[in-house]
Amino acid sequence: MITELDKKLIRFLQEDLPVTSRPYAKIAQELEITEEEVLSRITKYLEEGSMRRFGVALRHHKVGFTANGMGTWDVPEERAEEVGKIMASFPEVSHCYQRPRFDGWPYSHFTMLHGQTREECEAIAKRISEATGITNYGLLFSTAELKKTSMRYFMEEK
Amino acid sequence: MILDELDRRLLNIVQSSFPVSAEPYKVLAEQMATTEEEIMNRINKLKEEGIIRRVGGVFDSRKLGYKSSLCAMKVPVDKLKEAEEIINSYPGVTHNYLREHDYNMWFTLISPSEEAMEETLDEMRAKSGCEIRNLPATRFFKIKVDFKLKN
Repeated sequence: MITELDKKLIRFLQEDLPVTSRPYAKIAQELEITEEEVLSRITKYLEEGSMRRFGVALRHHKVGFTANGMGTWDVPEERAEEVGKIMASFPEVSHCYQRPRFDGWPYSHFTMLHGQTREECEAIAKRISEATGITNYGLLFSTAELKKTSMRYFMEEK
Repeated sequence: MILDELDRRLLNIVQSSFPVSAEPYKVLAEQMATTEEEIMNRINKLKEEGIIRRVGGVFDSRKLGYKSSLCAMKVPVDKLKEAEEIINSYPGVTHNYLREHDYNMWFTLISPSEEAMEETLDEMRAKSGCEIRNLPATRFFKIKVDFKLKN
């Protein structure tokens, strides 16, 4: 159950935490609640998973992860679950989902691969192919990052 | 900017677990055997240099009641700039990449409901005149967005 107070707090937590000795106290003051209340709510969001993590978001290309390849895989439906789990077990895979196929698009599984170079991404994809036995796949490299931001929730009702 | 060893250790810690306690920068300083001031200076510097995008929460859109999807768009080469402007103008578009494929523009879209998402997509199609495929996930295997930096 997400209350009005939760929504207000989430609006603050999706911004940039101030660099000051007691940043949570600053948020608490704005919301007119206690610092403990802010901390315990953040802990609760993390425990229940509505917040996946609390921390720093990096610009990956600035720290050497310049290549990002989207692996797309043609996985038979009866192997969808098993193969998805194998793909997810690779540390170089950040995201792994099954998505609908469409005309002219035979691929069902999507893996985001991150490496320092294009060749590294290709090698990772090859290892995934060997580990899963899925040989019909594509690797779509990004040629430009047009947008990358964090979602801001509950803004429409502010 | 060249990251030194302390920067890398700091970034590895704060990506996955920024302290949720009253004085987080002090806690980090203790973990890394340095001063609170040093930690704050480094974080400020890393923000100025654009290496840190922000410090905050990353939420699970589904658990907050939102719908998210990956969309594939086929854009003629001479219309790329125009399409980029149209797509990026929506706040629910959080990532947008050009990729080497007939479907050359790939973006993620987060909407408050399925109806709102369809409405947005129809509007994008009408404005751009381009084909857009909506590919919402049917199974979720992994989301992990922190990166270990090698020393």
